[in-house]
Amino acid sequence: MDLLDFARGPAINVAMVVLVFGTLWRLLAILFLGKPADRTVPRLGTPGPVGAALREIFRRMVPHPTFAFAERFSFFNGWVFHIGLAIVVFGFRPHVLFIKNLTGLSWPTLPSGVVYVVGAITLVSLVAALVRRLTNPVQRFISGVGDYFAWFVTVFPVITGLVAVGHVGARYETLLAIHILSVALLFVWLPFGKLFHAFLVFVSRGTTGAFLARRGV
Amino acid sequence: MTDTINVQAAADKFLALVGRPLATWAEACVHCGLCAEACHFYQATKDPKYTPAWKILPIAKAHKARTGFLGMLGLAPKITADDLKLWEELIFDTCNMCGRCTLVCPMGIDIASITAATRQAMNAAGIGPADLFAAAENARDRGSPLGLTSEKLADRLEWLADDNEVDLPLDRQGAEVLLTVSSIEMMKYPDSIVSMGKLLNAAGVNWTFSSTGYEATNFGYLAGKADIAKTLTLRIVEAAEQMGVKTVIIPECGHAYGVMRWQAANVIGRPLPFEVFHITEYLAKLKREGKLEFKPYDKAFTYHDPCQISRRGGAAGDARYLLEGFAPNFKEMTPTENANWCCGGGGGVQAIARSAPIRFEVFKIKTKQVEQTGTTTLMSSCANCRLTMDEAKTGIGWGGELASIVEVLAEHLVEKD
Repeated sequence: MDLLDFARGPAINVAMVVLVFGTLWRLLAILFLGKPADRTVPRLGTPGPVGAALREIFRRMVPHPTFAFAERFSFFNGWVFHIGLAIVVFGFRPHVLFIKNLTGLSWPTLPSGVVYVVGAITLVSLVAALVRRLTNPVQRFISGVGDYFAWFVTVFPVITGLVAVGHVGARYETLLAIHILSVALLFVWLPFGKLFHAFLVFVSRGTTGAFLARRGV
Repeated sequence: MTDTINVQAAADKFLALVGRPLATWAEACVHCGLCAEACHFYQATKDPKYTPAWKILPIAKAHKARTGFLGMLGLAPKITADDLKLWEELIFDTCNMCGRCTLVCPMGIDIASITAATRQAMNAAGIGPADLFAAAENARDRGSPLGLTSEKLADRLEWLADDNEVDLPLDRQGAEVLLTVSSIEMMKYPDSIVSMGKLLNAAGVNWTFSSTGYEATNFGYLAGKADIAKTLTLRIVEAAEQMGVKTVIIPECGHAYGVMRWQAANVIGRPLPFEVFHITEYLAKLKREGKLEFKPYDKAFTYHDPCQISRRGGAAGDARYLLEGFAPNFKEMTPTENANWCCGGGGGVQAIARSAPIRFEVFKIKTKQVEQTGTTTLMSSCANCRLTMDEAKTGIGWGGELASIVEVLAEHLVEKD
C-alpha cells in the first residue's frame, strides 16, 4: 500500500468515522444535559422559542448596527473565508466526485479555474485572520494553542489542495496523498476543538435567541 | 475573601449549574475578541484581561475537566485555586452582567449568565468581595443590605408621608398592588419613594407597602449566594400572597426588576401568583389608561437605560412612552436603548468599594455620551445607576446633573381634585 492508497483508504475512512461519531458524541453530550424549566411569564407578543431561535440564527449573520464599524474586519474577512471554504469544498469537481462515491449525492460543479481563484482568496483571508489574531492585543491575549491549531488544520488542506492542483514540488500522487491526509486531520480534529462551532453556532445563537425573546429583547 | 479556597466545592457547583444553555455558551467561543468592543471595562482601560470572553475560562475549564473527551480520561486540566483567585476581580469587580457583550457576539454567547454561575461557584469556594457578601448577609439578617429593618421602614415612611403630605400606606388590607422599595432610595433618594406614592395615588391605585416584603434589591443573587437569593425572593412573594395582591411593582432598580420579573419563579420553583412591573412599565400602563397626565417638562436632558430594564428586561420603550408628549427637549444619547452603555455599577459592582477607581473611568464613557447630546442632565430609572453615577460624578468632578424619571414625572403631575 503506497501513501495515496493509505490516504484515500484507511486514513480518510477512519477520519470520517471519527468526524461523525465525535460530532454526535459532543452534540448529544450538550443536548442531553437538559434545560431547566422556565416558569417566568414571557412578555406579551414575543415570539415562541423556536421562532426566536431561528430569528437569532439569521440575525447574527450580520453585525448589530451599533458594532458594525468595530466588527468590519471580522465580518468581511469571516464571510470571505467561510464562503470561500464552502465554494472550494462543494464546488470543486474532484470533491463532489468524492462525496458522490461516498453518499451517491452530486450536484453541478464550478469551473476549476474559478475554484483555484477562490481557493487562493480563501488562503489570503485565512492568513489575514491569523495576522489579526497575532497583532490584535485582545485576540492575542485570549488565544491559546487550540486557536492556532484550529487555524492550522483549516489552512493546511487549502494549501495542500492548491499545491496539488498546481503540481508543485513533488509527484501529483504524493501531493494528492498529502492533501487527503490534511483533510483527514481536519476531520479528526473538528469535533474536539473550537472548529466545532460549525455546529454549535446554531445551538448557541438559538439558545440566546429564545432566552432574550422571552424578555421582549 | 476567606483564607482557604475550596476548589472542589467550586468544581462541584459548576457541574451542578451547567445545563444545556451554559454548556453551549461555555463551549461555543471562537475567541474572536469582538466582545471587548462592547465592554466598558475594556474600553475604559484597554486591558485585554477585561475581555468578556476571558471570563468564560473558569466555567469552561471546570466543565471540560468533567465532561470533555480528555476530561473523561482524567487528562484535562482542572480548575485551580489560582484560577479562582485570578478571576475573582474579573467575575465580581469588573462584570456588571449588563449583557452588552451578548449583543456583539457572533455566537450569541451570554456572558452575563456565565458570570452569574461563576459567582455561585466562587461563593461555594469561599472567594469573593467581602463587602458584597456582607451586603447579602445584611439583607438576609436585617431585612436590607443597608440596614433598613421593618421598624426603620415604618418610621421613614411615616416621616416622609408627614413631611410631604402624601399617603404612603403600609400593610393596607385589601390593597391590589404591592410597591417595593430599594433601600438605596430609602436611605439616599427618598424623594423617589414619595414620588412613586404621589403618582400611584393620583392614578387612584389601591396600593401598599409591606412590612415583611419590602426590599426589592436582591444581593443574594448579586453575590452568588443562591440560598440568600431565594430567601429574599420569598419575602416579597409571601408578603404578596398573604395580602392577595395581583401586582408587584419594582421601584427604580434594575437588577431588582431582573430578579423578580425574569428569575423569581425559577428561584422558588413555581409560577408567581401576581404580575411584576418595573415602575416605568407600571406608570406607562397608567398613562395608556389615561390615569396620569403631566405638565410639560421643558428642560433639556438625556436618558440612561439601566441594563436590566432595557437590554435585559425588554422595557426600554416604556420610559420613552412616558417621556413622549411631555418632555420636548429629551435627547437620545448614542448608542441608546438596548445598546446603551452600562453605568459600571450594576450587578453588585457598586457595592464593591475597591472597584471605585475603575467605575469612575467607566463613567467617563457615560459623560461623553451626555456631552454629545448637548445636554447636561442625565436621567435614569435605577437608583443603583444613580448612586454609581453620583459617586463617579464626584470622583471625576463631572459638572452635569443627575435626575430620576419618577421624580421628574411626579413634579410635573397634573393633580386632579
